[in-house]
Amino acid sequence: MQRAILSGTSKGLVVFWMNKTSVAKTEVHFRGFPVSMVFIDDETQIWWVALSHKHWGEKLHFSSDCGVSWQAAGLPSFSGLKYKPGIAASLKKIWVMQRANQDPNQFWLGTEPGGLFFSEDSGKTFRLNEALWNHPSRLNEHQWFGTGKDYPFIHSILVDPRDHKHIYIGVSCAGVFESRDGGKNWHPRNIGLIAAYLPKTTPEVGHDPHQMLMCQSNPDVIWQQNHCGIFRTLNGGLEWIQMSDVADTPHYGFALAIDDTNPDVAWVIPAESDESRVPIDLKLRVCKTIDGGKTWQSFSNGLPQENSFDLVLRHGFVRKSGLMSFGTTNGNLYGSFDDGEMWQTLSNTLAPIHTVAIA
Amino acid sequence: MPKVKFTAALKRFFPSLQETVVEGTSVFEVVAALEQKHPGLSTYLVDDAGKLRQHVNVFIKNELIQDRDKLSDAVHENDEMFIFQALSGG
Repeated sequence: MQRAILSGTSKGLVVFWMNKTSVAKTEVHFRGFPVSMVFIDDETQIWWVALSHKHWGEKLHFSSDCGVSWQAAGLPSFSGLKYKPGIAASLKKIWVMQRANQDPNQFWLGTEPGGLFFSEDSGKTFRLNEALWNHPSRLNEHQWFGTGKDYPFIHSILVDPRDHKHIYIGVSCAGVFESRDGGKNWHPRNIGLIAAYLPKTTPEVGHDPHQMLMCQSNPDVIWQQNHCGIFRTLNGGLEWIQMSDVADTPHYGFALAIDDTNPDVAWVIPAESDESRVPIDLKLRVCKTIDGGKTWQSFSNGLPQENSFDLVLRHGFVRKSGLMSFGTTNGNLYGSFDDGEMWQTLSNTLAPIHTVAIA
Repeated sequence: MPKVKFTAALKRFFPSLQETVVEGTSVFEVVAALEQKHPGLSTYLVDDAGKLRQHVNVFIKNELIQDRDKLSDAVHENDEMFIFQALSGG
């Protein structure tokens, strides 16, 4: 089956149908509309796209025929709920979607403000996970708070392939939460993480994981690119180990990719500190580790090495089936066919890229 | 019954949308009646808290409605109601 790179931009979804190592053709869907999320269901090959219309609000669409036609799905709703006492909650953005289990009709959906939703009818309806919404930490403004956004948001949902009731979520800002009973109870899993932006840098809750991925062949290993460095856990989040140093590269950034067959292999795209959020020395590079983060090697072949202001957002980097791709806030899309050592430009003319997926 | 006119931008999502008359004595009731005619349309106009979306404007005759939270502004028998997208760039 032909592979496709789906690039969710601020002005639409651009699909790059790939030959072995080049673009065969492109298609544009939802032209002019901001795409906030793309999720490819690898089993059913259904494409899911969330839009964040400036005027008309958040919308969710899906395609069962690789973009030939699209249908509107239902929407998560905060109707009747308070974000905080006296403040009505309403859906601001759909950030992430994930299959819940082997049933192709069941999904998790993560939103801003900090809502985790469950659908058991292929996205026709969504039900808020009340256990997380009512977690005591969520109402504590020192534990759940917005970062760059007005509200905290759920951007990562990890389902253990050995046990679908075993779930992790990543929240910016709050941190990592784990459930072992399908979402009935949630526990913070932030020991070892650092929150350098708080007076107390090791709170139980109040961390900023930018992106979090679970190694499918060894699900006890989870990587995260955090606001305060790169972290990995070898024991399912009981303890996180920092794999970067603030004085070195890589450290800060948003984007993360991992090797689902080898828990020691990961890639990040570093940026200068949160004050500037530009590539290190304005040179775009990808850093790879093959030893669990002890050492990192930098790759820049094919990437701009002068005056590059390309920032790669948390969902803008993907690796699947021997293909890697990332998109930048400058509208540049890159691809690699050798696990990130050489990069080729797929487009220089897109709108700012929020999210990249491979189908 | 009040007459409702729409920005052409909404026709991209609801191709059959055109000027229409519906029952309703408040903006809230008119939006509910529009939802009956065009399922899903109300989610483009109001958020899940029931408020008029920030970048949607509703006029009754030549006046912007006052109550964007509960849509309680009265709509009379021969009023014209206009639904526009606000001017916002980017």
